[in-house]
Amino acid sequence: MSVQLQSEPFEPGGLLTAFAAGRTETGAVASFTGIARAEAGATTTLELEAYPGFTDAEIARIGAAAAERWGLQGWLVVHRVGKIAPGEPVVFVATASRHRREAFEACDHLMDYLKSRAPFWKKEHGPDGDRWIEPTDRDRTDAQRWET
Amino acid sequence: MAKVLLFGRLADVAGWRDAEIEATSLHALRDTLTATDSALGEALAGPGVQAAVDKVIVRGDAPLTATSEVAFLPPMSGG
Repeated sequence: MSVQLQSEPFEPGGLLTAFAAGRTETGAVASFTGIARAEAGATTTLELEAYPGFTDAEIARIGAAAAERWGLQGWLVVHRVGKIAPGEPVVFVATASRHRREAFEACDHLMDYLKSRAPFWKKEHGPDGDRWIEPTDRDRTDAQRWET
Repeated sequence: MAKVLLFGRLADVAGWRDAEIEATSLHALRDTLTATDSALGEALAGPGVQAAVDKVIVRGDAPLTATSEVAFLPPMSGG
């Protein structure tokens, strides 16, 4: 049950191993790793800005709601901030539950939220200059799947 | 003096990220910022720009004290 925002790169395998360790009543751990794309050379660096104390609190609120909705035994969100090179992991989400469906769905839901509504401001640096990125229609439609 | 933080493209428009500005309310702060920098004023009034006082989103006006932290947040892009 935690959120970590960090400017340093992380290693998703190590995070998953630590998250899954020592769980004797967990039948399922689902995880997702998001990686920065180079967009065929159009993006040389991705830059993510967060509002410390606000961004992590909002993510924690959504994580707690997901834990309640899917009866999770645990969840973890690790998100990079600052400058990120193509090929580096940007986000890691893991969820734990007694059965697989809940872990899969909660992980999917958390990623849709993180990609569409989480309080980050994203800038792409490329050979043609810098540009601020807003959520795509696809991101918004993905997030709407969870509205009931 | 309220602490004012700008995020995303707002900081690019203003050319600064944080500042200490005298204001007793959020409306007064917006007026001061707009009077000083009309481009920033226009950006702050743009669609989807929200304000947070002490890390809580505020709609409308709010009183500010010497220790208030005001953040102007452009539409959130997700990570």
